[in-house]
Amino acid sequence: MEPLMALAIGLLYATAIFMMLRRSIVKLVIGLLLLSNAANLLIFTTAGMTRGAPPLIPEGMLQPVGEVADPLPQAVVLTAIVIAFGVLAFAVVLIRRAYEVVKADDLDKMKDTDT
Amino acid sequence: MRPEVALPILLPLLSGAVSLLFWRSRPMQRFVAVAGNIALLIASLWLFVATLSDGYITMQMGSWPAPFGITLIADMLSAVMILMTGIIGLAMGIYSLATTGRGHEKFGYYPLMHLLLAGVAGAFLTGDIFNLYVWFEVMLVASFALLILGGERAQMEGAIKYVTLNLLASVIFLSAVGLLYGTVGTLNMADIALRIDMVEHAGMVEVLAVMFMVAFGIKAAAFPLFFWLPASYHTPPVAVSALFAGLLTKVGVYALFRVFTLIFDQTMGYLQDIMLWGAVLTMVTGVLGAAAQYEFRRILSFHIVSQIGYMILGLALYTPLAIAGGVFAIMHNIVVKTNLFLISGITHRLQGTYQLKKMGGLYKERPWLAVAFFISAFSLAGVPPLSGFFAKFVIVRAGIEAEAYVVTGIALAVGLMTLYSMVKIWNEVFWKALPEQNHVPVATTPSGDDGRLIKPSLWMMYLPVVVLALFSVLIGIFAEPIMLVMNTIGDQLFEPEGYIEAVLGVAANAQESLLEANEFQPETGTAAGEETP
Repeated sequence: MEPLMALAIGLLYATAIFMMLRRSIVKLVIGLLLLSNAANLLIFTTAGMTRGAPPLIPEGMLQPVGEVADPLPQAVVLTAIVIAFGVLAFAVVLIRRAYEVVKADDLDKMKDTDT
Repeated sequence: MRPEVALPILLPLLSGAVSLLFWRSRPMQRFVAVAGNIALLIASLWLFVATLSDGYITMQMGSWPAPFGITLIADMLSAVMILMTGIIGLAMGIYSLATTGRGHEKFGYYPLMHLLLAGVAGAFLTGDIFNLYVWFEVMLVASFALLILGGERAQMEGAIKYVTLNLLASVIFLSAVGLLYGTVGTLNMADIALRIDMVEHAGMVEVLAVMFMVAFGIKAAAFPLFFWLPASYHTPPVAVSALFAGLLTKVGVYALFRVFTLIFDQTMGYLQDIMLWGAVLTMVTGVLGAAAQYEFRRILSFHIVSQIGYMILGLALYTPLAIAGGVFAIMHNIVVKTNLFLISGITHRLQGTYQLKKMGGLYKERPWLAVAFFISAFSLAGVPPLSGFFAKFVIVRAGIEAEAYVVTGIALAVGLMTLYSMVKIWNEVFWKALPEQNHVPVATTPSGDDGRLIKPSLWMMYLPVVVLALFSVLIGIFAEPIMLVMNTIGDQLFEPEGYIEAVLGVAANAQESLLEANEFQPETGTAAGEETP
């Protein structure tokens, strides 16, 4: 499973960077979206994947028996997903407003504030 | 249970919530903006005094024992940064009353300001690396919304660059946190510091160090990752750019200081050289960029970049004295840089423009404003006896002691270039006569150009400026007691054993030997026990 995940994550990062390097601001946001997904999958995979062993403590015991999945990366990923969702919602509104103001879906036309 | 560690985070969150409750009531929001920030300043003073006497103050969230729960910890560095946050927060609260237009207030300016302060305070106080990421995001989202408040074209263009590059930095940071957890199996920074020495793959640790360096380098606006800053910081309302200039990039610098003294102190090696020359190039490119500009806030933005170089230089030299100097530079810069932006706001109010060519004659018209600018500008350039001189003096001395003569020489030359930029502003804005075509000030101000209408609001703009200029002088006069605090910070950061002990509650050596004997099997969970081989 891990090699497959590594491949998928690498592909996601590559696609995201490619999309962000395009001139269109819509593609820029798609790139950001893919980038945050890639990071989430990376956390999920590097923390170690355990199949079919939920981190539950059997009744009457103080610690889980045998090998169980680590719940912490899942909590971390969940938090990161929520944050990425909020930030992306903002980014989508931002590009809509930017499009209305600049009247172009082109980063090359947004150079007024550059030096 | 030490409530003073949590208060600087909780108070602005509370003020933000109360401010949101009074969404429609402008006077109430304005009242909360001042009252909440006064409370924040008092809480930060309390934390500072408590840290001064105790050294470290920790609090375990939810009473989970150290490596499992989230730890809040204040060492001397955090306490000083929180104190500066409190001071700047109050200054901004008052200044905003006069400068923020009704349109901005209606769209939630004050709640966002409180949330931003909460994010900044959280980032300074947390002892958990993923929690640091969360506070960074709290801060970022608030700053995004503040940046585009008003929705002008320049703001939109600046915001796209700001948002994209900061999100990129966040993702690099998050990926690094994920890989770090996969490598050491813990998120508590003190625990990471212990375990990272035992990682078998030295290459992995170096990769992680570089990822953190890049992520925080973008946030701190270090060379060659700073391009978002001069493209966006001059676009929002002036109170917002002052708040950003004073606090936001310094959070990135703080994170660099924290991570590279606590976690990656063993792996510095050639990374230290990269950081050193990165710092030098940051100083030089920033100051050269400023030399080419003729817009008030844009010059100041480039000087933010340049000053960040000094701070990182302090870290890169990596001696207790250099770190103390770096933190001194952060503290001095927060005061002075905010003040310069505030002054640019007043001159904009008086003359209706930020273009230096169109301004002039303010020395004759407003001599006291000129004095306040003179103090701040010369402090930034490092002229004795103001605060900037001592910051620079300590760093230069540490540089000479570390025998980094070339770097030190460049740092001094950059000081001279800074003086050039500041004298340029002085000449154009204050000294020369007002250009003919602009003798009627543009009527962009909400309350008229002169006379009684403008006086009460101008008073609220002057108050923070005068107080902050006074701070700059006082830091210079009382440099010795401040230097004592800075030396404590330098020692604390240089020898992180105290920090680790304060968080984990066990002497660092004992903990380490426990880990090495591989007997450390936590009973409350499996989180820390599952290290990937």
